[in-house]
Amino acid sequence: MKILVGYKRVVDYNVRIQVKPDGSGVVSDGVKLSANPFDDIALEEALRLREKGIATEVIVATIGPADCQAHLRNGLAMGANRAIHVVTSDAIQPLTAARTLLKLIEKEQPQIVILGKQAIDDDCNQTGQMLAALWNRPQATFASKVDVTGNAVRVTREVDAGLETIEVDLPAVITTDLRLNEPRFIKLPDIMKAKSKPLETIEFAALAVESGDHLKTTNYAPPAKRSRGVMVKDAAELVAALKTKGLL
Amino acid sequence: MSEREAMEYDVVVVGAGPAGLAFAIRAKQIKPDLRVCVIEKASTVGAQILSGAVIEPEPLNELLPEWGKNPPPICVPAAHDEFWWLRDATRATRLPTPPQMHNRGNFIVSLGALCAWLAPQAEALGVEIYPGFAAAEPFFNADGSVGGVRIGDMGVAKDGSHKSGYTQGIDIKAPVTVLAEGCRGSLTKQLIAKFRLDANSDPQTFGIGIKELWQLPAGRAEPGKIVHSVGWPLDDCTYGGSFLYHLDKDRVAIGFVAGLDYDDPNFKPWEAFQQLKNHARIKPLLEGGTILSAGARAIVEGGYQSLPKCEMPGAILIGDCAGLVNVPKIKGTHQAMRSGMLAAEHIVATNKPEGWDAKLRASVVMKELRRVRNIRPGFRKGFVVGMLNAGWETVTAGFSPWTLRNHADYSSLLKLGTFEEPDRHWIERTLPPRDRLAGVYFASTQHDEDQPIHLKVPDTDICVGRCVTEYGNPCTRFCPAGVYEMVKDENGLRLQINAANCVHCKTCDIKDPYENINWTTPEGGSGPNYQNL
Ligand SMILES: Cc1cc2nc3c(=O)[nH]c(=O)nc-3n(C[C@H](O)[C@H](O)[C@H](O)COP(=O)(O)OP(=O)(O)OC[C@H]3O[C@@H](n4cnc5c(N)ncnc54)[C@H](O)[C@@H]3O)c2cc1C
Ligand code: SF4
Repeated sequence: MKILVGYKRVVDYNVRIQVKPDGSGVVSDGVKLSANPFDDIALEEALRLREKGIATEVIVATIGPADCQAHLRNGLAMGANRAIHVVTSDAIQPLTAARTLLKLIEKEQPQIVILGKQAIDDDCNQTGQMLAALWNRPQATFASKVDVTGNAVRVTREVDAGLETIEVDLPAVITTDLRLNEPRFIKLPDIMKAKSKPLETIEFAALAVESGDHLKTTNYAPPAKRSRGVMVKDAAELVAALKTKGLL
Repeated sequence: MSEREAMEYDVVVVGAGPAGLAFAIRAKQIKPDLRVCVIEKASTVGAQILSGAVIEPEPLNELLPEWGKNPPPICVPAAHDEFWWLRDATRATRLPTPPQMHNRGNFIVSLGALCAWLAPQAEALGVEIYPGFAAAEPFFNADGSVGGVRIGDMGVAKDGSHKSGYTQGIDIKAPVTVLAEGCRGSLTKQLIAKFRLDANSDPQTFGIGIKELWQLPAGRAEPGKIVHSVGWPLDDCTYGGSFLYHLDKDRVAIGFVAGLDYDDPNFKPWEAFQQLKNHARIKPLLEGGTILSAGARAIVEGGYQSLPKCEMPGAILIGDCAGLVNVPKIKGTHQAMRSGMLAAEHIVATNKPEGWDAKLRASVVMKELRRVRNIRPGFRKGFVVGMLNAGWETVTAGFSPWTLRNHADYSSLLKLGTFEEPDRHWIERTLPPRDRLAGVYFASTQHDEDQPIHLKVPDTDICVGRCVTEYGNPCTRFCPAGVYEMVKDENGLRLQINAANCVHCKTCDIKDPYENINWTTPEGGSGPNYQNL
């Protein structure tokens, strides 16, 4: 069984995001980039399924600029068998990502596709759902537990009301939640071994994907700054301050 | 336990700073089939490098003659220099720029960004660079010589037990280990002690550098302008000064260096920097701007007299690990790169450390240090004597028949009650950040809280005992990230170490008066994530 993993590169979650002075986007040069944390979880789950003997091959795929290769090598160092890089210098939107991933599915015929529930840059939380619809296959989103049995997968989902367990037929799309697993550390010798693993590059244009980028971003703005606080000496002063603000 | 995994190279370099990268590039240029690997504790190359930085380009011209065609992302030609004496929080007098501080032909860069730009060029030559892995300790051969480094384990819990993702660090073995850890390297410190490399030199001395990168309202920055100051907010007996470098895209780098040989245990270096920013001549520049990134890093100041022996069985020292900064110029990058390149030539030619120390001492690197050797120690006698002495040493180009001595920084603090606290005329300040915790936010520092504390304090009885009365716990003041706190709870007074905030500046390892703090490497990839410092 093959597993395809969506492996997006995003601005690292430790980075303090800065909006460009002209509001056209966020600063990304000189900024640390790394794998979308939910995608690391997706890859970890795929590797565990392979280690259990359920999957035979794990493929990581990214849609991104030419310098994403180092990012994919990290996925290979973590343990993926091979990587596919769909090269585009444009930032693509979830529908386009889903259509592109569908092309890869047609090519690779995986039984399971695991994506993150969302990417932490745009926080769309759409790609997995759109992909399942386009592929016309079941989806199991926000997974916190995955059990594959025969031709079906039982997935525990994190929903508002608690946990929900569903069973879907394979092939299917699974999207990962934070508590599914804890991704492994990359070992130094594996980084070296990853250099000789296969990494296929495909030009985005060559896939003839119909663009789904229908959203236009008009402006980026940082969250409003909190105004400066006031130190009060005692309860009386606090009450007075609240009164002048009309809060009491 | 299973056998520890190992990888073998011809040379292992610890630290992807200018010294380590220049070494690796030069070595591969001369001998393309040499197997060179570089270990870097930051999660990406350059993320834990903090410098000014105005650099002299000669070594770069030599290493990569074509570099100007594809320059690093921040690279502004130096335009003009100013040198100011700040008399107090409002008054300032412009002085003639000292000759060492003229920067015509130099470039203002972000050294972190420069290293991130050098790294792929090294990789293109076949150098293997591994960011996110800390060299935790030296690896010793059976005969006691250095045989490489041991990478720190990942996934160890605070109490030392193994978490589910525990991954044992591997050994990287090589006939030659090149230590390029920068100022106060943790492996270097251990090896200097083991091999007594400082037996014939003065103790090493240091300063603490604190820096912020600001985005200013459009039109205020004057790209290429370089301003240095001395005087306020320091008292007469503390060595130090500020730098203010105007970059492109409405950005300025502002920073402050204070000699760690200061003697007042109540002195607060981070607060001194914040005071400086609020000087009447500087504040209007910054007001309304925002901080992009900030951090701190020790700088090595001992120079010629303090240079340890730079070779030992199996390993050599280059760059700031050796202590090659030219202090009057406040420049060490060219010295770091030059020493890296020279060391590469030596190692490729001989395949062994022996002879490196002599080669370094006979080189232009050492010549440059010798010329300025008496300037920094002259300031031990106060600001005025220091300036006069600096003038003399500059005019005579270091030909004085004497060499002033250096003393270890941990020993310079005076005991409380034995001296009069100087009045530094500090003011109420308004520019951000409000305090060290707010400041450390701009360093984007990150450590998994569930890992062993990497700041080792073997004897905490001293902290709650002698230190309280003798020095009033100066660690709570000299740490620029507020890592050390003395807290009182139901069990009495105790030292609390907020290790997750550490920005790896190494000040505590240097300045603690009882030499009771030992900085060790945390889990690889932990620590600050500087942007363009
Ligand atoms: C505030 C300040 C201002 C300065 N201004 C200037 C200036 O204007 N011009 C100038 O030329 N110089 C300046 N310098 C000096 C200059 O920054 C240094 O001389 C130079 O960085 C030294 O290079 P290096 O490669 O020896 O060490 P570093 O640049 O310190 O690099 C060492 C690298 O090794 C890594 N490392 C350390 N220990 C380990 C370990 N155990 N395992 C793995 N990795 C490790 C570190 O993360 C780092 O990336 C300044 C320094 C400071 C602090
Ligand atoms: S704990 Fe030590 S190394 Fe870390 S920031 Fe504080 S002084 Fe610097």
